[in-house]
Amino acid sequence: MSDKRNVTCIICPVGCRIEVEIENGNILNLSGYRCRRGLQYAKDEVTSPKRILTTTVRLKAEAAHVLPVRTRAPIPKSKLKEAMQELKNVSVAAPVNMGDIVLKDVAGTGVDVIASRNWS
Amino acid sequence: MLYKDLVIIGGGPAGLAAALEAAEQGVKDVMIVERDSGLGGILQQCIHNGFGLHVFKEELTGPEYAQRFIDRLENTGIEVLLDTMVIEITQDKRIFAVNSKKGVLEIQAKAVILAMGCRERTRGALNIPGFRPAGIFTAGTAQRYVNIEGYMPGKEIVILGSGDIGLIMARRFTLEGARVKCVLEIMPYSNGLTRNVVQCLEDYGIPLRLSHTVIEIHGKKRVEGVTVAKVDENLKPILSTAEFIPCDTLLLSVGLIPENELTKMTGADFDANTQGPMVNQWMETSCEGIFACGNVLHVHDLVDFVTMEAKLAARGAARYLKEKDGAYRQMSVIAGEGLRYVLPHAVGVEKMLDEKQNFFMRSTRPMKKAKLAIESENGTIKTKMLSYVKPSEMINIELGKSEISKAAGHLKFILQEEGASDE
Ligand SMILES: Cc1cc2nc3c(=O)[nH]c(=O)nc-3n(C[C@H](O)[C@H](O)[C@H](O)COP(=O)(O)OP(=O)(O)OC[C@H]3O[C@@H](n4cnc5c(N)ncnc54)[C@H](O)[C@@H]3O)c2cc1C
Ligand code: SF4
Repeated sequence: MSDKRNVTCIICPVGCRIEVEIENGNILNLSGYRCRRGLQYAKDEVTSPKRILTTTVRLKAEAAHVLPVRTRAPIPKSKLKEAMQELKNVSVAAPVNMGDIVLKDVAGTGVDVIASRNWS
Repeated sequence: MLYKDLVIIGGGPAGLAAALEAAEQGVKDVMIVERDSGLGGILQQCIHNGFGLHVFKEELTGPEYAQRFIDRLENTGIEVLLDTMVIEITQDKRIFAVNSKKGVLEIQAKAVILAMGCRERTRGALNIPGFRPAGIFTAGTAQRYVNIEGYMPGKEIVILGSGDIGLIMARRFTLEGARVKCVLEIMPYSNGLTRNVVQCLEDYGIPLRLSHTVIEIHGKKRVEGVTVAKVDENLKPILSTAEFIPCDTLLLSVGLIPENELTKMTGADFDANTQGPMVNQWMETSCEGIFACGNVLHVHDLVDFVTMEAKLAARGAARYLKEKDGAYRQMSVIAGEGLRYVLPHAVGVEKMLDEKQNFFMRSTRPMKKAKLAIESENGTIKTKMLSYVKPSEMINIELGKSEISKAAGHLKFILQEEGASDE
């Protein structure tokens, strides 16, 4: 017997509603997506959901106290908490450039955390 | 007194894109005036991802999106004045600004682009009974505290209003270890983007209580809790449903209003629905040579559209500087049934910048399936079917020159629901 799941694509703000038909863990059919990225997202969302984590880390500079950072790629949803915990202990010295690695392999995901802006 | 061809007020995404496009169009003497100590506007505090999929075909955070534009400023000759706040502008484009080092500056511009963004509404909250204890913040202020200054305003949080900033902050607070008890929305539908409801609330199991509001704030020195209640179809609280929720912080995410004190000084015509100036197809206000784009014109949910609109304004300004032919309004654009507003407010087919013209609009209520009809005095110009329309998600429609040239008298946009609604 097949099962239907509705996934709201969050890759971009269009927010397509994608209907996924699953049978015994296999995807039979997908509909409602407007681009390829959405197709991949819906597949991942029913098998192993992932999110990009965006947060801040402490910055050793005068004007601001924190630097915005992000995971370079989405990480498993179940690892978000652990990643936040690891990032609590990170602090960065200026100057920083957008894209600089702030923390390698966060929470054992193989994904790096990078700076979202320049800071001099 | 300084003399400039083009002065852009505000260095957020709208101002940045406008400046770069104007330089690209050959305008030589461009200046950005920004009151903050850096460029990027509100984007610098929007550290979440979700910016730029349309413009850059990749998903960026707010600061990354801003940085891409800031990096492009180099070698363009665009002059940037930071820490400088414009305090007055006249109809003939004379600008007065204050800078802590240089004092008062007077600039005479040939053309001006207004890109001052918007500010947060607080009014909704002022009607709630109770003292004014510490612990009440607008969502944007809280966002600034957490994402720029690195300080948490509270531990147990209730959010009033389901606007995007509130939703984004619900997730942010949760990740930082605070407890977000619920998000209350007085309307029967969410006011934020669907994707934000999914990834900021549902991901973390934060309840979204539709048709609910805060009727009392408790605590004298610091917030100790709120009384919430369901509202009826006239948005009146149903007192029998009142319930106390303990919390130390109340976040208000009840909407944004364009920042138009300066615009008003020019005497430009206003649209009561957008609370911004009325513009023609070049994003020019009724005041010749003064253009507007971004959140100062109407509140946007997508920065990509801000960039698009800003480029249009810049091309309009470049055209104006060359041809000195301003405030052109041939045919008015009307928001009919089902629509809160449509932009631009006027078009004229023989002076279009492109073969196509974009129209931005918002619906009055959510509709699962709707028919958008564009009509004029001599009949229907075009119809288009839309699905999942929401007031919080701006609609962007393109009309070709040949389509617009079929119209006579006016262009009227009408949005009608097809079939039964979800709700
Ligand atoms: C919290 C939040 C979350 C968002 N999330 C998303 C998202 O996920 N994806 C997306 O695509 N979009 C998002 N947006 C929308 C997008 O970021 C905005 O629409 C966009 O930043 C508006 O750009 P702007 O340049 O018009 O205004 P702003 O960014 O507000 O810039 C205006 C600038 O003008 C300056 N200014 C104002 N008055 C003066 C004056 N008198 N003199 C000198 N300078 C002045 C200000 O200091 C500011 O720098 C979000 C917006 C907010 C607020
Ligand atoms: S399917 Fe494509 S267009 Fe639709 S929300 Fe996802 S990324 Fe955006």
